[in-house]
Amino acid sequence: MSELILKQLSQGYGSKQVVNNLSFHLYEGQIGCLLGPSGCGKTTVLRCIAGFESITDGVIIIGGETVNDRAQLMPAEKRQIGMVFQDYALFPHLTVANNIAFGLRALDKTQRRQRVEELLTLTGLQDTANKYPHQLSGGQQQRVALARALAPRPKLLLMDEPFSNLDVALRERLSIEVRDILKREGMTALIVTHDQQEAFAMADIVGVMEHGTIQQWDTPYNLYHQPINRFVADFVGQGVFLPGTVLGNNMVEIELGVLHGDIPTDCGANGCEQCAYDCYVDVLIRPDDIIHDDESLLIAQVESKAFRGAEFLYTLKLPSGTRALSLIPSHHDHAIGEYIGIKLAVDHVVAYRRM
Amino acid sequence: MSDASVVFAKTPARKMAGVFVLSRLNGWTMIAYLIALLTVIPVVVIVAAWFNPEADILGHLAEFVLPELLANTFWLLLGVGLSVSILGVSLAWLTAMCEFPGRRFFSWALLLPLAVPAYVLAFVMIGLLDFTGPVQTWLRANFAVTGLPEIRSRSGVILVMSLALYPYVYLIARNAFLTQGRAALEAAQSLGLNRWQGFYRVALPMARPWIIAGVMLALMETLADFGTVATFNYDTFTTAIYKAWFSFFSLSAASQLASILIVFVLVLALAEQRTRSRMKYSSVGRSATHQRIQLGRTHAILAVFYASVVFLIAFLIPLAQLLWWAKAVVAADMDSRYWEFVQHSLILAGLGAGIVSMLALLLSYAGRQRPGVGLQIIQRIATIGYAFPGAVLAVGIFIPVAWLDNVLITGLHAWGWQGTEVLKGSLLVMLLAYAIRFLAVGFGTIDAGLQRITRSIDEAARVMGTSPPALLLRVHFPMLRASFFTAAALSFVDIMKEMPITLMTRPFGWDTLAVRVFEMTSEGEWERAALPSVAIILVGLIPVIFLASRGDK
Repeated sequence: MSELILKQLSQGYGSKQVVNNLSFHLYEGQIGCLLGPSGCGKTTVLRCIAGFESITDGVIIIGGETVNDRAQLMPAEKRQIGMVFQDYALFPHLTVANNIAFGLRALDKTQRRQRVEELLTLTGLQDTANKYPHQLSGGQQQRVALARALAPRPKLLLMDEPFSNLDVALRERLSIEVRDILKREGMTALIVTHDQQEAFAMADIVGVMEHGTIQQWDTPYNLYHQPINRFVADFVGQGVFLPGTVLGNNMVEIELGVLHGDIPTDCGANGCEQCAYDCYVDVLIRPDDIIHDDESLLIAQVESKAFRGAEFLYTLKLPSGTRALSLIPSHHDHAIGEYIGIKLAVDHVVAYRRM
Repeated sequence: MSDASVVFAKTPARKMAGVFVLSRLNGWTMIAYLIALLTVIPVVVIVAAWFNPEADILGHLAEFVLPELLANTFWLLLGVGLSVSILGVSLAWLTAMCEFPGRRFFSWALLLPLAVPAYVLAFVMIGLLDFTGPVQTWLRANFAVTGLPEIRSRSGVILVMSLALYPYVYLIARNAFLTQGRAALEAAQSLGLNRWQGFYRVALPMARPWIIAGVMLALMETLADFGTVATFNYDTFTTAIYKAWFSFFSLSAASQLASILIVFVLVLALAEQRTRSRMKYSSVGRSATHQRIQLGRTHAILAVFYASVVFLIAFLIPLAQLLWWAKAVVAADMDSRYWEFVQHSLILAGLGAGIVSMLALLLSYAGRQRPGVGLQIIQRIATIGYAFPGAVLAVGIFIPVAWLDNVLITGLHAWGWQGTEVLKGSLLVMLLAYAIRFLAVGFGTIDAGLQRITRSIDEAARVMGTSPPALLLRVHFPMLRASFFTAAALSFVDIMKEMPITLMTRPFGWDTLAVRVFEMTSEGEWERAALPSVAIILVGLIPVIFLASRGDK
């Protein structure tokens, strides 16, 4: 029993509301992630769960135990939570082994040594046991922070922007490693980040946050392909909106042709509202929705291009003058100003009523 | 001052009103207020002398004493200010930015004069350069040269003080030059400025807040100085306060004089705090890629010559002379009385350092427990004592303690007690004055240490089940240990060198090494003053070596 439930959580200082009526349910062993731009309140949610901030309304339940509602507040040191801090917050006066052993006061000496040993192995830090934090690289410090948080077998692990102090290459490698470690330990974990690559690499389920609420709580795949509103569509992945007209019968016409599929639009507080015939919408077109096809009658002009290694990200100018993005394998090297044939390959239609 | 008002301007009025509201008082804020009160009381007592003028004393002072004191103080400040700026900045530039033979040696050696108190350098210089001293005697005998400028003069005082105090400017300016990085200079060069233009138009303006802060510190020390001007018989406010109190037994004349001096001091302190808030330029480029300017042959010779002359005159020759003198008297003077002076110095410095570091720890911890503008201001007030001359503090603390003593005695006599002194004859006045004067030294060190313990470290310990007392014991104490002992060591050395407070407030029989130096120099017995001076310099070298080893790369 180590699931995490938040019910209608609200938090604020004075008249400023930081977290607004926020709820989600993280099941045992699941890795969740709160993703959002800075100032969206994600870190505050994490700190409320940890017990560093008091809440103004709502309930927090960790492993079946209510740790925080308006009536009572369990202090942070009683919640049995592990936490990895953005700056790692390692104790500079303790060795790696002693940092990991810090939270193991309840165990006897042999058990403690054994548990430290286990975690050193788990995180691949055996050689650094007797070193001090300042002697380690950034990635090693990160792993010590993780090992230290996992050592007391917490009910829940919280990670605040865990990889933001690392360079990009290391970030990618470590996020996969850390996910493996968490899965091996069966740990329920909640991560906070502004980096969607990190969120996608680590999390089973992601909550995209804005203005103190979760806009969409879903798998990374669904967030990308079926964003529930414009904010999520904009924030997750790349893409452009092209103007379209609904033709009824689940059909929508845009400049590049007619698309078939469910056309739910305007998902708000009252659920989704089907757009009637002849209403105007904006259709989300991702770079992978447009593919290169020399046979095609649809022609676009290359306006700029960015080399990505395996592919180019082309910015194309459509005949009407609107712009769209397209990912094209990099052996198709077209000059700027050149006209190329393109084709639509849209699996899911994502459209929102034009404002 | 100025950055505090900036913060105020940004804070909504509602919060601002809350800063000093009584409801925010709790244990920690109370402690901070009490420590600040300790510093405020002597200032209030001294300034109160303004509102309680005694016409005849004031008239006498204004007619016979003040004109000379003001003129002497003015020329002293001007002379020392100019010379420490020139010496400090030029030496800092040479050792920080240029490459010449011996550069590494000079970069730390030029800090060593910091270990020689100005009052020691004073009597050594007089002994060396006096008419009967070795230099003039030698010149007369070999070259028939006479008429060297008189050392016991205004220029003599300025020379000695500048040689003793230039390291303040040198240290701070050098740090500024080093952290500025070379990128800004290279940018200037790429825009067509040569090295000298780059120095004047880029490096110097960038380092200006630091240089000014260093000069301010040197000027505060100049105002606070007692031993040097006393040795030279150059009357300033501090010597006048001493004479008023101990030769004419007029505490009110002393406090009138102190109240004038404190105006100078407060103006300087305010100016210094204002410049300090401007010391926030970010460094341009990384100092790791630091590349020094290679000096050509002629320039290198000039640089070595210049740095050597300063080092010789400010440190090596005086030290050699002291050792020479000390050797002559060591057999006779290293007696039980000498060891008594040593013992008193160690006990007082130890007690004082303990009190300073404890108060500094409490004040700093209070700031952590109650973060906010209010407590920052309280911390500023509490640590302003470094600006107050010891002579002023001695008067400012003695007066309220004497008053308290009278109250206590009246009360105790009612119970049948017969004594005439309760607190006056104890170490209390002296230790309080030390605590106020040197609190800033301890606070700076400990607060820097505490800042390194980030909030997330506290939180990390808490999520792992650590209770607040355990947090203190298992995390804060081990992490702060080094800063705490550094603070104690620094204040220990400062107290050991301190002269006017000890001289004016020591209980009967509590002579220290510094007091011994004063007594011997006032009788012109340079040799006998040398022995305790050597001991003071040796202790004083400890923090200087620490500074030097940290500053050089």
